Amino acid sequence: MNPVNYLYLASLLFTIGAAGVLIRRNAIVVFMCVELMLNACNLALVTFSRMHGNLDGQIIAFFTMVVAAAEVVVGLAIIVSLFRSRHSASVDDASLMKL
Amino acid sequence: MSTVSVHSLWTTLAADTPPGGGLKFQAPTIEYAQLSPILIIVGAAVLAVLVEAFVPRKGRYYAQLFLSVVAIAAAFAAIVGLAASGFGTTKAHIAAMGAIAVDGPALFLQGTILLASLVAVFTFAERKLDPEAHGNRVDSFAADAAAVPGSDAEKAAVKAGFTTTEVFPLALFAIAGLLAFPAANDLLTLFIALEVFSLPLYLLCAVARRKRLMSQEAAVKYFLLGAFSSAFLLFGIALIYGYAGSVSYAKIADVVDGTTQQISPALAGTMGNDALLLIGMALILMGLLFKVGAVPFHMWTPDVYQGAPTPVTGFMAAATKVAAFGALLRLLYVVLPGLTWDWRPVMWGVAIVTMLGGAIVAITQTDIKRLLAYSSIAHGGFILAGVIAATPDGISSVLFYLLAYSFVTIGAFAVVTLVRDAGGEATHLSKWAGLGRRSPLVAAVFAVFLLAFAGIPLTSGFAGKFAVFKAAAEGGAGVLVVVGVLSSAVAAFFYIRVIVLMFFSEPKADGPTVAVPSVLTTTAIGVGVAVTLVLGVAPQYFLDLANQAGIFVR
Repeated sequence: MNPVNYLYLASLLFTIGAAGVLIRRNAIVVFMCVELMLNACNLALVTFSRMHGNLDGQIIAFFTMVVAAAEVVVGLAIIVSLFRSRHSASVDDASLMKL
Repeated sequence: MSTVSVHSLWTTLAADTPPGGGLKFQAPTIEYAQLSPILIIVGAAVLAVLVEAFVPRKGRYYAQLFLSVVAIAAAFAAIVGLAASGFGTTKAHIAAMGAIAVDGPALFLQGTILLASLVAVFTFAERKLDPEAHGNRVDSFAADAAAVPGSDAEKAAVKAGFTTTEVFPLALFAIAGLLAFPAANDLLTLFIALEVFSLPLYLLCAVARRKRLMSQEAAVKYFLLGAFSSAFLLFGIALIYGYAGSVSYAKIADVVDGTTQQISPALAGTMGNDALLLIGMALILMGLLFKVGAVPFHMWTPDVYQGAPTPVTGFMAAATKVAAFGALLRLLYVVLPGLTWDWRPVMWGVAIVTMLGGAIVAITQTDIKRLLAYSSIAHGGFILAGVIAATPDGISSVLFYLLAYSFVTIGAFAVVTLVRDAGGEATHLSKWAGLGRRSPLVAAVFAVFLLAFAGIPLTSGFAGKFAVFKAAAEGGAGVLVVVGVLSSAVAAFFYIRVIVLMFFSEPKADGPTVAVPSVLTTTAIGVGVAVTLVLGVAPQYFLDLANQAGIFVR
């Protein structure tokens, strides 16, 4: 199978993730969409790695997974603390500082 | 059967030279001495986590403060040592198997980041501004960041005298990432460094003692938008990797220039694909411009600057900007000189809207922290004008501007922490009316910082702006200089307005009080004023230093 197809899939996943970040209102769902974007990046990296026949892309994919895990830890901590003090995880409700 | 022969059923003796040759594993060589500034900070951060785990609560604050200050000072000494032995100029090279550049701009910016961080750590440690809670001196950070604001758990934590001393290890991790960011010499290191400094900053934003809901809100906004932007950066990295078959800056630059030697069939297929290159670069620049806070990627800046604890805001505003501009410079000047004609028009547009947008929106602000946030956006635009010059002068002027700007910023935010009323810091501008009558010294110091922001002669702001605009004009960006001067004039209006408000209006009866800080914040503000005046009156030495440091290694 032509590896370019995987690139199309990666772009599609990335676009779905980005659209989700912009459209969804729940902080957890927004965050999951960001994770989807990161995984789309991973797919693209691994595909390019296969095309070029070197391992750089696969190694970056490992690093990305670690970063994504660290981001989950930090992100959930922040979102949960927000949820506990407001009883809402909606990003629209967090508007104390609107212009 | 003997043991050996049993083993031989499923093992084989390792050959000295593997069949096929060339597959032999080569251990990487790491130049520990040249990486020592980053390694010292990382080591201290790990130690600080251990301090958090093992030192009794009473001693933690002092242990953490001591450890942070010693580590930052040691890392700065290492930078000075490296610079003195010529790594900034003649011996500049790329360490850690191509991952980290040790050259003039990297050392200069790392030194700036460390000095700014040292001053910022002083403001983190300030414990005399808030009134004592139950006989315990408190700093700007929540007693128990995990407790719900206003809950019994929070009250119990305050009563027990808890403090969030975790801010020190978090700050150290952030500093480590900031040090690596402008020195990153491949895209992977760039991405990892970005995350290493961003994640602790997200947390630091969330742990304010007062106005905790705003603080948490700022952290959520910063986190979601920051993660969003770093996903774009990563996709850009993937596309550039696809284009060039490598993430090393030098190799990408060779492929962009068309001077690469070894062209594999796959590379021959992708290197003709300009869509990969242009889209990838646009996405990476988007990620960096987000960290810089350039319009149209600035939306997070005012909210995060306003909501975060003020010492953190100062740290973030100064150090992040320095590191992000360092990374941006390296990317544009080392990787993309072959693409100058493509990125310059885009960056022109970004610089113009950033300068004008920041200055114009700042006029309408009524909160001093938001005002400083928009001012920092406008300053990002001025620095971008120097970046766009694409000449050696462009590099050195940006280096100088960042040095000048970072101390003014930290000093200004440190002054903001002093002006307080019952609810904590009095950040609304109306409360600053008549401050000059009530406490002339604090108001005068703040006026000095505002004049430096405005770029009035005899302050560092003037020297920095002059250098940047001169470089931009010589680099063929005269229009940018005109726009820059115009938006400086607009910006001067609201800086002067604050000064007028402080000195020429009657103080209100229920106005805020000015807290008397300990030696820590006094030092921070004093250093800020001293650097502002020295760089303003006698900038030549530092301009020469920036000039010498203005060569990237490739």
